[in-house]
Amino acid sequence: MSSNDTSNDTSNTAELDTADLSTAELAHEEKAALAAELFAPGVGAQAGPPTTPATATGSAGDTPPGAHSHGGPVLTGQPVPTGSPAERFTSTDPDAFPKPTGREEEWRFTPLRRARQLLDGAPSDARLQVESDLPEGAVLTSVEAGDPLLKGLPEPVDRLAALTRQRSNGATVLRIAKEAVLDRPVTLRLSGTGAEDVVWGQLVVEVGAFAQATVVLDHAGLAKYSGGAAFLLGDGAQLTVVSVQEWAPGTVHGGQYDSVVGRDASLKQIVVTLGGDLVRLVSNVSYTGTGGQADLYGLYFADETQHQEHRLWVDHATPNCRSNVVYKGALQGEQAHSVWIGDVRIRPAATGTETYELNRNLVLTDGARADSVPNLEIETGEIVSAGHASATGRFDDEQLFYLCSRGIDAETARRLVVRGFFADVVQHIGIPELQDRLMRTIEVRLGALPELDEQPVEVG
Amino acid sequence: MTSPTATPAATGLKAGSVLEIRDLHVTVGDGDDAKEILRGVDLTVRGGETHAIMGPNGSGKSTLAYSIAGHPKYTITGGTVTLDGEDVLAMTVDERARAGLFLAMQYPVEVPGVSVSNFLRTAATAVTGEAPKLRTWVKDVRTEMAALEMDSAFAERNVNEGFSGGEKKRHEILQMRLLKPKMAILDETDSGLDVDALRIVSEGVNRAKADSPVGVLLITHYTRILRYIKPDFVHVFVAGRVVEEGGPELAQKLEDEGYAAYVKDSAEQAATEKTALEATQQ
Ligand SMILES: Nc1ncnc2c1ncn2[C@@H]1O[C@H](COP(=O)(O)OP(=O)(O)O)[C@@H](O)[C@H]1O
Ligand SMILES: [Mg+2]
Repeated sequence: MSSNDTSNDTSNTAELDTADLSTAELAHEEKAALAAELFAPGVGAQAGPPTTPATATGSAGDTPPGAHSHGGPVLTGQPVPTGSPAERFTSTDPDAFPKPTGREEEWRFTPLRRARQLLDGAPSDARLQVESDLPEGAVLTSVEAGDPLLKGLPEPVDRLAALTRQRSNGATVLRIAKEAVLDRPVTLRLSGTGAEDVVWGQLVVEVGAFAQATVVLDHAGLAKYSGGAAFLLGDGAQLTVVSVQEWAPGTVHGGQYDSVVGRDASLKQIVVTLGGDLVRLVSNVSYTGTGGQADLYGLYFADETQHQEHRLWVDHATPNCRSNVVYKGALQGEQAHSVWIGDVRIRPAATGTETYELNRNLVLTDGARADSVPNLEIETGEIVSAGHASATGRFDDEQLFYLCSRGIDAETARRLVVRGFFADVVQHIGIPELQDRLMRTIEVRLGALPELDEQPVEVG
Repeated sequence: MTSPTATPAATGLKAGSVLEIRDLHVTVGDGDDAKEILRGVDLTVRGGETHAIMGPNGSGKSTLAYSIAGHPKYTITGGTVTLDGEDVLAMTVDERARAGLFLAMQYPVEVPGVSVSNFLRTAATAVTGEAPKLRTWVKDVRTEMAALEMDSAFAERNVNEGFSGGEKKRHEILQMRLLKPKMAILDETDSGLDVDALRIVSEGVNRAKADSPVGVLLITHYTRILRYIKPDFVHVFVAGRVVEEGGPELAQKLEDEGYAAYVKDSAEQAATEKTALEATQQ
């Protein structure tokens, strides 16, 4: 076992939090026993990682993840108490969650007044306009409420997500056939057409074994929207999910994204939040076998009065999986507020885990607030590496000095650094047209940043 | 330089620029934590000359380099630095570079999301005052990268991000070649390089010297690089000062005897000064 040094962080940090963590090793038998108890498929709502389908859903000949068990006795019925205080409560019943007051851990950062309409949970038939581009090998269909596919999804982790599951009344389903290698991304352009009624939505993306696909959820327009999405990756599947939030002002968007990564499968998720008044996305990842990989990238840019909240939960419960979280955000304007919560849990059975998470916030103007809470829980000593770093600050003096020492004036240097700060995440998307579009949007917004010229030249 | 006797240093012919450092005092840290690192540095480098600055770790070599380049961490408390008579210390960091100063850093900085090609072109545009013609520019970059044995894929990587130690140093010399400074300060460009990389990097510096009368301030801890880049002068730098100067033969002496004697002398001198200072204060 080696450990990962996360302290070589050169940015100009207001807050620097690094960790180099490992825990005492449990006796092997003890771990195995615990693992068997904890991670059997089909355990109840409050135990274990997000639950996975206990039976195959018989879709398009795919092998949905979770249809096979990976060791441990198959327990059915009663939830197994885990004794862990960190276990998350999950339920499909909205009323199993108290109405948020703002004191709850998961709601304490969120401006509840703005989320009120969503949290009230009134039923609605309103829908987003959907424009889809489906390459061969991808099929878009839907299932009714009560479909076994929905029963097998990871459960909602908060009241809004539970409301969403219930109110959406079925789901849109995108199926990528087993072994299909798509020749272009699947694009779902989701446009809001007004903010009177709440739009409830549920999407399920099933990626068959060994398929390779990119799915873009491109959100725009005006809406009050709560959308759940589940990404189920079969064994060896490779999925890139891009979720772009370029909402119009006035938009409120909540959502829970659940990714279930099959054996040797790899997930890359890129979340780009630029628009909307309030965006609150919860991304959960669990693994159903060994060798799974998840790279979660995020980018947000909060202006005056925008609230952008990204909460992540990576649950390592199987051996030899990897996760990597990189979220970067910039804030400008006095009321701008971003929240990043990065929970990573390495359960006793998850030996050989490799995980790293990083959140970096660039505060462009005074008064903006970036909350950043990494949390790494490690329950086995037999890991490859685990680390996290969180840094919030102004421009990195060393980067500016380096650029200026090559003749580049301070203003241009700052633009290069900020642009680079964003490009660093955007370039993981791998779709040049979309990357260019996002960088243009960002550049336009940076252009509208008078403070950038007026910032003290710290390298003068 | 076609023959040794034709070197500007030897003939005294004016060949380009002059960097003059006079009684330079520099501190790091603020207020009570301020610590004097440079304690009166005097040095003159003329275009075409190569000066090796050699000194033990912690003697203030990087502080000297950064102070000339204008790093905000260092406070100049006394002395002057001029380039061709112009006051360098009054210039911003970028103005110094545009005036013809170049610093190859001991620890080059990563700039995420900024590609090498974008960075180089932006820098060249800034230094020359106009965007270089695309065709000749691309050719120049390719040629120099090939000479430095850098893969062309390098241009699309982010500045210094994930570069090995050797790649970072090659990238620094690539910039020196493309920006064509009048004065180049190379801060331990040799450290951490294997023999092959050292030769490649040194040849890059020698090409720059052959192409233009650039003055080179070659900061190093070891004599190894001086076998590849021949210095005209060697300065021994200890405790924030030049304590001895000579020709290339001084490097050989350092190779044989090390810095121990100088460090001891310097400590004794500092003690004497301290006593003298205390005496005047009483
Ligand atoms: N930012 C700083 N804060 C405090 N001390 C510093 C700082 N930078 C350098 N120093 C100190 O200044 C001295 C000279 O450092 P440096 O110029 O890096 O030496 P060299 O390059 O010769 O090894 C050392 O004692 C070092 O610890
Ligand atoms: Mg040094």
